[in-house]
Amino acid sequence: MSEQAISVRNLTKVFESGEAAVHAVNGVDLDIHGGEVAMLMGPSGSGKTTLLSMIGCILRPTSGSVRIQGKEVSGLKERHLPRIRLAHIGFIFQGFNLFPALTAGENVEYVGLLKGFRRAEARRRAQALFEQVQLANKYDTFPADLSGGQKQRVAIARALAGDPDIILADEPTAALDSQSGRAVMEMLTKLAHTRGRAVVIVTHDNRIVELADRIVEIEDGKIRRDHQEAS
Amino acid sequence: MSLLARRNLLHDKVRFAVTLTGVVFAILLMVVQFGLFVGFLETTSNNVSHSKADLWVVSKGVRYFDIGGWAPFSERKLYQILGTPGVDSAAKYIIQYIIWKKEDGGTENIQIVGFDPQSGLGGPWNVIKGNPEDLKADNAVFVDDLYRQRLGITHIGQVGEINGYRARVVGFTEGIRSFTTSPFVFASFKSAQNYVRLPENQTVYVLVSARKGVDLQQVKRDILARVSDVDVYTTAEFRWMTQRYWIFTTGAGVATLIAALLGLVVGVVVVAQTIYATTIDHIREFGTLKAIGASNLHIYRVIIEQAIISAVIGYIIGISISVAIVYLSRRNEAAILLPWPVALALFALTVVMCVSASVVSIHKATRIDPVLVFKT
Repeated sequence: MSEQAISVRNLTKVFESGEAAVHAVNGVDLDIHGGEVAMLMGPSGSGKTTLLSMIGCILRPTSGSVRIQGKEVSGLKERHLPRIRLAHIGFIFQGFNLFPALTAGENVEYVGLLKGFRRAEARRRAQALFEQVQLANKYDTFPADLSGGQKQRVAIARALAGDPDIILADEPTAALDSQSGRAVMEMLTKLAHTRGRAVVIVTHDNRIVELADRIVEIEDGKIRRDHQEAS
Repeated sequence: MSLLARRNLLHDKVRFAVTLTGVVFAILLMVVQFGLFVGFLETTSNNVSHSKADLWVVSKGVRYFDIGGWAPFSERKLYQILGTPGVDSAAKYIIQYIIWKKEDGGTENIQIVGFDPQSGLGGPWNVIKGNPEDLKADNAVFVDDLYRQRLGITHIGQVGEINGYRARVVGFTEGIRSFTTSPFVFASFKSAQNYVRLPENQTVYVLVSARKGVDLQQVKRDILARVSDVDVYTTAEFRWMTQRYWIFTTGAGVATLIAALLGLVVGVVVVAQTIYATTIDHIREFGTLKAIGASNLHIYRVIIEQAIISAVIGYIIGISISVAIVYLSRRNEAAILLPWPVALALFALTVVMCVSASVVSIHKATRIDPVLVFKT
C-alpha cells in the first residue's frame, strides 16, 4: 500500500432546506491510499454521493478538511479546483456521461486537450488507452452505437486520460449486466493494484463487493463501519 | 474553435434546425418591421433626402416638406440668397397638392414637384426611362413607374391633364413613393408654376447649394441675417423635421414605430428563448465537463461559441431571405428598406442577443448541482 492519496478529516456538509438543516455528511474521517479499491456503501440518502462530490472537489464542504495527494483543497478558491480535478481525479459516472456528439475516441481525447496537449498527442494517448480497455476498434464510434459495457469502458479510458492518482466512480456497474459489470470492476481493480491508483467506488451492487480491498459503510452521513476485505 | 461547441450543434440536427429557425424568424421579424419603419421614414422625406441641396429656405413657420405649398414667398428672396457669402447656387422649388385628370376622365390627387432643370436641385432620381433634360420643355412631366396605372399612363408621350393644362409624360422614375398616397409628378419650375397657378414672382422653397468646405451653419446664419420672414434648415434638419412630423402626428407613424419596436422586442425574446433552451439541453454535459476538469472559462467558451455559430448561420439565412423580401417589395407602395447600416446593426444585435441569452444559461451551467452529474 502506498501513500495516502485522499485524507478526509471531520468532513461535514449541511444542506439548508428552509428552516431545517440536513447533515448529508457529518464529521467523516477517511484515508484512502494509492493502490486501494475502497467501496462506499450504504442506503440511498446516506451521504455517499455527497462525500464523493466533496472528495472530487465538485462540492464544497461546510466544514472539515480534504487533502488530495497531501494538498489541502477544501479551502481553495473555486477557480483553482478544475486544475486539481484535471491533475489528480478521474470520474466515472453511473450514466456514463459521455458526450454524445463526440466519438468514443474524441471523448477521451477531450481530456488531453483540456490538459493542454495538441490534438495529435491527445489522440495518440487516447488510442493507447483504447488498447488498454480493449476497445481499439470502437475509437470512431459514437456513444449511441456502443453497448452499456463498452460505454463504461470508454468512461474508464476518459477517467484515465488525465493520468490521475485517484479514480472516483459513482455506481459504475449499476447500468450494466453482471458480466459487463464484473469486467468493468476487474479493470478498475487492476488499475489500482498494478498502477497504484486510489479507486473509490460508490455502489449498492453486492455482486462486486468481493473485488473491493475495503468497504466503508455510511449511514446518516456518518461512517458506521470501515473494514478491509480479503482480496 | 472548440470541438465540443461545433459538434454539439451539428450532432442533433433537428435541435439545431429548431434553433436556427428561431434565429431566422427573429431576424425576419426585425427586418420586416424595422424595414417598414425605415421605408416609412424614407418615403416621408425622400424628396428632401434626394434634393442634392445643402440648405432649404422656407417660409417662416413651415415645419415639414409637404406643407410648403400653402406658404409661398417672393422670388426676390432668391436673389438675396444668391448674394449671400458661401452660397454657390440656389434654385426655386414648388411642392403642391393638385388634381391629375386621366385620359379616361378619372381624377387622382397628386403632388406636383417643380424644380429648376438647369441646376438639377430637387429633380427626379432613379430615372428608368427618359432624360431629366427633357423636363425643360413646357408641360413635360416625369411620373413614377409605381403609379403609372393609377395615373392611367402606359407609355412615354402619353398626355394627362393638370389643373386644365396638358401634361405630357416624358420619363419614368422607379421607387419614388409618396407617403401621402398622392403620387409625385416632376415638372420644371415654370410648368409647375402654371399648373398650380403660383404668381410669377413667387416660389415655395429655395434650395441652396453651398460652396465646398463652407460652414453650413454659418451660411444659414448669414441667409437669416439678410432675408426676412424665412427659416433656413440644412437638408438633414429639414428631413428630420418632416420625418418627425409624420411619425408623431399621424397614427400610421406611431403604429409603424411601435410595430418596429415590438418586432425588435419579440425578436430578442425569440432568440433569447431559443438559445437558452439549446444551452439548457446540454446542461448535463456542461456538468460533466466541469467534473472532468474544465474550467468555468472553458465552459463559457463552449457555450458562447455555440451561440455565435447559431447567430452567424441564422443571420446568414435570415438576411438572405430578408434581402429577397426587400427585393420583392420594391414594387409595392409600402416599402421595406434594408440599408446596409441596418443590416450590420442587426448582425451585431443578433450576436449580442445570442451571446446574452447563452450567458444567462452559463450562470446555470457553472452552478450546476453535482448530484445532477452523478445521477442518471
